[in-house]
Amino acid sequence: MFKKKECVAMLLAGGQGSRLYALTKKVAKPAVSFGGKFRIIDFPLSNCINSGVDTVGVLTQYQPLVLNEYIGNGLPWDLDRAFGGVSILPPYQGFSGSDWYKGTANAIYQNLEFIKRYQAEYVLILSGDHIYTMDYNKMLEAHKAKGADCTIAVLEVPMEEASRFGIMSVNEDNSIFKFSEKPKNPDSNLASMGIYIFTAEKLYKYLTEDEADPNSSNDFGKNIIPTMLANGEKMFAYNFEGYWKDVGTISSLWEANMDLLGEKPVLALDGNTRIYSRHENEAPQFVGAEAVIENSSITEGCEIYGTVINSVLGYGVVVEKGAVVRDSVLMHHVTVSEGATVEYSILDSNVEVGKGAKVGRPRNEAEGITVIGAGNVVADGADIPDNQMIYSE
Amino acid sequence: MKAAGLIFSNVHDASIPELTKPRTMASIPFGGRYRLIDFALSNMVNSDITTVGLITHNNYQSLLDHIGTGKDWDLARRSGGIRILPPFITSATRGDDKLYKTRLEALIGVKDYVENCGADHVIISDCNMICNIDFSDALDNHIANNADVTIITKLVNTHELKFPLDKYIKIVDYNENGEIVDYVAYDKQQGELHINTNMMIIKRSYLLDLIDEADSRGYDSFSRDVIIKNLGKHRFFAFEYDGYFNYIDSMQKYFFCSMKMLDSQKRRLVFHVKNRPVYTKVRNSAPTRYTENAKVTNSIIADGCVIDGVVENSILFRGVRVGKGTVVKNSILMQNTYTGDDVYLNCVVTDKDVTIKDGKMLSGHETLPFFIGKGITV
Repeated sequence: MFKKKECVAMLLAGGQGSRLYALTKKVAKPAVSFGGKFRIIDFPLSNCINSGVDTVGVLTQYQPLVLNEYIGNGLPWDLDRAFGGVSILPPYQGFSGSDWYKGTANAIYQNLEFIKRYQAEYVLILSGDHIYTMDYNKMLEAHKAKGADCTIAVLEVPMEEASRFGIMSVNEDNSIFKFSEKPKNPDSNLASMGIYIFTAEKLYKYLTEDEADPNSSNDFGKNIIPTMLANGEKMFAYNFEGYWKDVGTISSLWEANMDLLGEKPVLALDGNTRIYSRHENEAPQFVGAEAVIENSSITEGCEIYGTVINSVLGYGVVVEKGAVVRDSVLMHHVTVSEGATVEYSILDSNVEVGKGAKVGRPRNEAEGITVIGAGNVVADGADIPDNQMIYSE
Repeated sequence: MKAAGLIFSNVHDASIPELTKPRTMASIPFGGRYRLIDFALSNMVNSDITTVGLITHNNYQSLLDHIGTGKDWDLARRSGGIRILPPFITSATRGDDKLYKTRLEALIGVKDYVENCGADHVIISDCNMICNIDFSDALDNHIANNADVTIITKLVNTHELKFPLDKYIKIVDYNENGEIVDYVAYDKQQGELHINTNMMIIKRSYLLDLIDEADSRGYDSFSRDVIIKNLGKHRFFAFEYDGYFNYIDSMQKYFFCSMKMLDSQKRRLVFHVKNRPVYTKVRNSAPTRYTENAKVTNSIIADGCVIDGVVENSILFRGVRVGKGTVVKNSILMQNTYTGDDVYLNCVVTDKDVTIKDGKMLSGHETLPFFIGKGITV
């Protein structure tokens, strides 16, 4: 039995995130760890449940094992529901053939049946690449109030960065009259956040037409939005104010982690809006008698006997006596052995740094962030300089 | 299925009135993010005992809130799982409208549950103890001995104890076969003693007979009317547990046991035993944020804290705020304790949701910690 749902969310989580290199060798980008105890996908999933959207399809494609396991039955996000809840939607073999998801629009097109089962009036399209907290319900209210066919969430970005985004030009009533994907000379600084609400009937129509067009690359930004705009559909921008960050690159991922720190962090997760995550059962963190911790975020299961400064540590990280971790992001179950130094680096889960080893260089001297992929072991006394990318096949 | 579990959530409530005023013994917060019942429950789950009855008495709202569906212990099951057993007034108290007073009376009240639990043996546990035990060995032993009752004992040396044993502690003597030969209340004996941990295994058929007999003959003491009366007649065995064990029966002992967890060796014996983690309710706090002014040493810190001051030899539960210039020493701050700026705390125990305003200085002593009740603003 499928209970009618006003709004169904479709979360595009199939992206490889190739610019995260070592971190996405074995996991899809939405499953990359963030902020100590989260994964990127926790943000859109938590936003959904916090906005009252309780039916979410997650479209997976690239390296889905960890992601599927992580989402499971959706319990951590309160999305294990008798009616609705979270469903994983992988590409599948159909009667007339099978296909990988060719583009974002095609991925949704292949799963229109999922949306139709719930008789949804509105479809919320999300991606699993961004760190932000947002009330989608407010956006839906705006969509309904305007009687829109499509509403696109936008964020004001600095003019000089505008050419990296899909840019909207809007009228006074926020209706969109022009959309340009990564324009060289942007005439607006309203960037698309990749969050769309469609009135379901319009979405069905345009996705079906787009599918029939052999020249289309089946992408929302490149095809669907421009076509709808050209056809004079009612399209509005929805202004979002608050923290939003694309964590698609090593440096932006590092920066977003650092945004959690400080007396008044730019990205505060200890407020009233909770971000949910699948919980690992760990004891509370223990801080040893000689430990020094400054300006850092530390998670359950950590044991700190050394020094941790300006860093974000995930579950079960051990920093032994005499070890120093500075300006770094350590994902879950990393061990930094006695006398080792980790500076300006991102260490993926289960990395072991041997005794007296040196990883990265001080931030003010380094050319770039050093990244070590999951499960790698840095030998005792080894020296890995700045701007390195280490991973095993 | 070999065994089901039964847990008493209220038995020792009266021994620590400060903390049990708003809750049961079972739901006393411990170790930064746990409740005492987490030990009993995790011990059962880690020993593959997944049919567990939780016997309650009074004041059990916070316990219900903690347990929820039992999902966090993997005890939300179609078949078995956790079952809360509130007091069943009429049968347990024989027409009197008072709640049961003893364990035996409580057992009479859960006869139906025991009858239908589908296991051959029942593991009974209090929940004022801190230990990480695998019941499998004890159960195998119990079955091999064809025992009616197997009491799990712990060897203690009275000369090494910081807190003397109390009279309600039972001393168990057993022969080389493990058969119990004597069972007495503690009466200032000295030296090495085997104490009853209040964890025991009972053959279900024996337990059901016992319940019927107790009900019809008006028995109310498990020690006097069951064990002592039938010593040498029924098959009573002891099983020695050699892991870490401590129990809480006073505020001082609570403070002492909590602080023991700062000892890495002891902490590992409780929380870091391979394949036997201690489970608890998930709260989804963000990780703990240490600011540039933070100075934390030798402390247990749960998630969701913001630390802007000095913390030494202390235990901070989830969501605690330590303000700027604030010093917290030798203290236990429970969930959502909020300290303002320039506060000084030494040997203080705050219950949940306590607020301590700017500039306050509070100090107790190791032997008499200063306790601040739930929700109080200082």
